[in-house]
This record gives sequence, structure tokens and C-alpha cells, in this order.
Amino acid sequence: MIHVRLNGKQREIDSGQTVGDLLVSLDLRPELIVVERNREILARDRYREVVVEEGDTLEFVHFVGGG
Amino acid sequence: MEATQIVEATRDVPFVIGGREFRSRLIVGTGKYETNRLMVDAIRASGADMVTVAVRRVDLDRSQEEGILHHLDPEEFFLLPNTAGCYSAEDATRYARLGRAAGFTDFLKLEVIGDEATLVPDVSATLEAARELVADGFKVLAYTNDDLVTALRLEDAGCAAVMPLASPIGSGLGVVNPHFIREIKRRLDVPVIVDAGVGTASDACITMEQGVDGVLMNTAIAAADDPVAMAEAMNLGTRAGRLAYLAGRMPARGIAVPSSPTRGMLD
Repeated sequence: MIHVRLNGKQREIDSGQTVGDLLVSLDLRPELIVVERNREILARDRYREVVVEEGDTLEFVHFVGGG
Repeated sequence: MEATQIVEATRDVPFVIGGREFRSRLIVGTGKYETNRLMVDAIRASGADMVTVAVRRVDLDRSQEEGILHHLDPEEFFLLPNTAGCYSAEDATRYARLGRAAGFTDFLKLEVIGDEATLVPDVSATLEAARELVADGFKVLAYTNDDLVTALRLEDAGCAAVMPLASPIGSGLGVVNPHFIREIKRRLDVPVIVDAGVGTASDACITMEQGVDGVLMNTAIAAADDPVAMAEAMNLGTRAGRLAYLAGRMPARGIAVPSSPTRGMLD
């Protein structure tokens, strides 16, 4: 297990997962989610290759209603 | 085509922002609706083809992810990401880049708030963010005060449109300073879109009568008792105001002038 900070909360997740694996395990559709990893936006075509590492700070964001 | 649409089509010029043409001069927000169904119905009734959206964290504690893309088809509406809720240039540029990644568009509604109570924009932070984002290839539609000098600076910074407020966000007070709005429109070459403060259809109409290129609103529609009816009223109000501006109004006079002939009266 590794520790990450995901959307502002500490979480323990299985090690060796890619960002894409993590999204799918949370029932999220990768094509609708933008990922910021350690303050850098991760290109969508890299979700399946970038492995989440111990201490990563991740933000999963999307569009919501707004004015 | 209805008769009014024919008059509009022959009198008006295309509404173009950042090289892209839009059908409607009314731009609407997608926030504060009771249901997503109501939001989509209201947006359709408004006739708007550009709609604003916000960027937020996915709520991972909910069983179902409910992003707006589940309800709004980007093929039907042009989604304009905003930086609402940002209080610094740094935050705004961060949200801007997330919005671009989420929506695959360089268009952005830039909004940097300076005061939590009034939601009045921080114009120096807005300018700073605008310069950085324009350099990064964004087409920036900048929300700002009804202040001419800031509007000119935002145009100089390369913004695709400048969006002065009618009155504070969500206030529904309408255009509090039509003179300043007119002067901003007169002095800028880029499109001027009045953003925030409209309360009802007459406000949309009065806004457009100032000669501005468009009007942006959210709460006035979403917080109406019947948002779909208000959306259509806003559609009509916006178009009425635009046509009245193009028509050129009669001069206002302080005294009466008869409409019927004064000659030919009986003895």
C-alpha cells in the first residue's frame, strides 16, 4: 500500500496502480476527468502509463454547473 | 423563419468572439439549477449557444460522479470554462489550465474576485492573469468592473472580449451605470459583453440597448420561479434590446410632442 493525497484527503491505495487504474477503481470515466498530479496537469493519453507513487498529490477535477 | 428573425438577420452583424461566430448574443451559466433536466430545458429556451461551466473537484464520497458533461452535449453547446471562485492570479491561471484540459478549448471566462462580500473583481490580479493566459494561447473573456481604464488595459493585454458587470454577481440589480457601459463599448474594439447583475428581461433589454455585443447571466434565470419561462423571456429581452439599439431610438424630450396632426381640426 502507498499513501497519496487525493482531492484533499489522505488515502491508502494499492501500489503499482496507474492513474487510469485508480480512476476506474473509483468508477470514474477517464475521458471526463482532468488529473493534476503534483500541481502538473497530466495529459489524458498518459493516464494508462503513469504509475501513482508514494506521497503523490492528486486532484481529479471535472466541469460542474457555474456562471 | 419568423418575421422578427428576418429583421434581425438583415440588420445585425455576426457575433464573433476570438474568431468564432455565435448565434446568440445571450450567454448563460449552468449553476444553481434545482435539477440538471431543468438546466438543460432552460438553456434550450434561452437560445444561447455558449454556456459557462466551472471546474471543481470530483466528489469522491458520492456513489455516482455527476459532472455536467453527463447532461450537456458539447456538440450542442459551446462550453466556456470559468475561473469562478478564484481570488488570485495564480489560482485563476491554474483553474484556467484545468478548464482547457477538461474542455479542449482555448476560450476562457477569466474571473478573479477581490472581495468576498461583494464579489467585486480584483482588477489588478485579473490583468496579471489575463497577460499570462493570453501569452499561453488562451482566448480570454475577462470579467471586470464597469471601469473604462481597466477595460482598456484588458484589451491592450490581448483579451478576446471584455466583460464589465451590470451590477454585483447574483444581485439582480440590473445595469447600475449605463453611462459607463456605453463609454466602455464606445472606446473598445474587442467585443464588450455585460456579465453579471441582470435580474429580469427588462434588464437584459436595457443592457443590450447600450449597444454592447452580448450579455451573460446565470442567477436571473436559475433563481426564477420558472427558469424555462424566464430563459425565453431573457432570449426575447436580449434580442429586443439589440434590435432597439440597431434601430436607433428617438431622442427623449422633457415635453410632449403630439403624434397626430395639429392641422385639419374642426371649427
